[in-house]
Amino acid sequence: MEFYRSHVLVCGGTPCVLEGCKGVRDALIAEVKRRGLDREVKVVETGCLGPCDLGPVIVVYPEGTLYQKVHVSDVPEIVEEHLLKGRVVTRLAGEGVQAGVVKYEEPTYLGVQERIVLRNCGTIDPESIEEYIARDGYRALAKCLTEMKPADVIEAVKKSGLVGRGGAAFPTGLKWSFTARADADQKYILCNADEGEPGTFKDRLILEGDPHSILEGMAIAGYAVGADKGFIYVRGEYVLSIERLGKAIEQAKALGLLGADIFGSGFSFDVEIRKGAGAYVCGEETALIESIEGKRGEPRVKPPYPGTEGLYGKPTVVNNVETIANVPPILLNGADWFRKFGTERCPGTKVFTLTGDINNKGLVEVPMGITLRRVIYEIGGGIPGGRGFKMAQTGGTSGGCLPKELLDVPMDYFTLPEHGSALGSGALLIMDDTHCIVDIAECFMRFFEHESCGKCTPCREGTARLHEIVAKIARGEGKPGDLELLDELGSAMQVSSLCGLGQAAPVPIKTMLRYFRDEFEAHINDRLCPTGTCGT
Amino acid sequence: MEQAAKSAGICSAKVSEILQKYSRRPDALVSILHDVQKEAGYIPEEAITEIASRLDIPVSKVYGVATFYTLFSTRPKGKYIIRVCQDAPCHVLGAKAIVETLEKELGIPMGDTTSDGKFTLEYTSCLGVCGVAPAIMINEAVYGNLTPERVPLILKEYK
Repeated sequence: MEFYRSHVLVCGGTPCVLEGCKGVRDALIAEVKRRGLDREVKVVETGCLGPCDLGPVIVVYPEGTLYQKVHVSDVPEIVEEHLLKGRVVTRLAGEGVQAGVVKYEEPTYLGVQERIVLRNCGTIDPESIEEYIARDGYRALAKCLTEMKPADVIEAVKKSGLVGRGGAAFPTGLKWSFTARADADQKYILCNADEGEPGTFKDRLILEGDPHSILEGMAIAGYAVGADKGFIYVRGEYVLSIERLGKAIEQAKALGLLGADIFGSGFSFDVEIRKGAGAYVCGEETALIESIEGKRGEPRVKPPYPGTEGLYGKPTVVNNVETIANVPPILLNGADWFRKFGTERCPGTKVFTLTGDINNKGLVEVPMGITLRRVIYEIGGGIPGGRGFKMAQTGGTSGGCLPKELLDVPMDYFTLPEHGSALGSGALLIMDDTHCIVDIAECFMRFFEHESCGKCTPCREGTARLHEIVAKIARGEGKPGDLELLDELGSAMQVSSLCGLGQAAPVPIKTMLRYFRDEFEAHINDRLCPTGTCGT
Repeated sequence: MEQAAKSAGICSAKVSEILQKYSRRPDALVSILHDVQKEAGYIPEEAITEIASRLDIPVSKVYGVATFYTLFSTRPKGKYIIRVCQDAPCHVLGAKAIVETLEKELGIPMGDTTSDGKFTLEYTSCLGVCGVAPAIMINEAVYGNLTPERVPLILKEYK
């Protein structure tokens, strides 16, 4: 084991990769070596650090100094000033960082964040199982296999109050108990990494930043319900996630942390990756199962639910990436520890992805129940150009749009639905006052028309009609009665569509009609787009 | 059959090899089609009929799967496929202007392929890099924080 006085963490998440972080990493390694510091300073490529629009981002530890928008040409100065002379390079350190000698204190760039799911993202090298193990990795699995009965594991997850983080918020422990109770010769664990909700990229960055936490969580789920086989269904577009997961599986197998007779317990568990091929609807659990079985990804009629009749007709647990990432810390630290975060009804944290008109775009993890205002103004740094807030869409394109009057509503899985919206996958799209409601609505409805799989009539016809009506309003061809028709059609789709896609498609339009009706009316009655965006 | 498949960009032997890799399991159809497309650039009709007969499933089923997923194509495409995201987070930050610049620079409308067979321009669903919107993907490389000014510079790397 070698010791280093400094670690330079280079964010290797996709947003930083495409800004050129690989070049920065290589330049850092070369410059550190050229300066003869390679026995004192270690350069590590990690998963996502969070501030995605400031990439490439690096952090120097132990002091936790974050440098943003670092280019290859900045590297000699960082090495000379910071690593050799111990002085912060203030021009790259962002606002609020004092010039002078580096201070050894807790890193401040995380602000009010609480990191459970992202505990290793941006901290360890995701391609090193040793680093994961050094951060208590696979300890929860060892504890489960050697000290706990499967029923105790399920009880602990139930007690923690963990609910599904993919959007449906179904209690995870309860879901596991259905599959555990089912009598079958074969059961499966499926990790849903078919993250297609526009504005959501948390699962991508969790997989890129901490792939072993998913393998460990899946193995624990497998032990709890009696499954010895797991699949991770990842979007085909997530090239780096697939690559890092593949490496992680190989490493875990080589150390006997996956495979036969793990920890000599007699429990065996294997994981395989399945690559998606571009279909939003495959995020729906039964459509995902159909896709793994080599079919068109069209949802099944439920019941039966996957818990009792899923993949190849066998009892199957389907959990989202973020849900699974919560499992090892819960088992290691206990349900009471987990309940200290978040709210009584909705314990734990939530990973949000901040997009749109907001200064700090990227990935954050905060306690459940935080208000929209705090996320936008304290963590997100407010709206660029000092412009006004118009609305935020929570939960991605299938979520609702909230006006400024609702900035102080606590965001959790139970409160947002009371206002017609949903927490969903945790996507937050912020829009300033220059945007036109009808133009944005058309963008949402176009998405659903394209993504409807066509299996059930309410969704296939409904999404097309919703788009058609909104497009007409945007063109200045709307007529009285259109808004009532949108509302009525939306309600019909919500009660009659086969799966979540058709049930959720009307949510954004319904909330927009509820909170911004006057803007639609201006387009219809006065043939006027108040922001001048539409061609009315 | 073999001759026909060869002229379409993938030979029968290669299809057999891919089928063998997945032990000719019909449930591996999505993975099989991924491999065929990687090899041929698209999924030729001949490959579809061959997969169907070798896996003993209807041609309509293979065709149904091949046309369901947006990453698969049953028609040849350009050497570089430019996928442009137009979903909400990209839309809010100016995806429209990126589309217009791409169409102008390449001289083709969205959905078309340039006459030299080099570029195909198409829409994609969310690429999951919304923190750096607006974004596009050229084959497997993602580009974010785009402005109309940056578009020609990126295209230059591929021209």
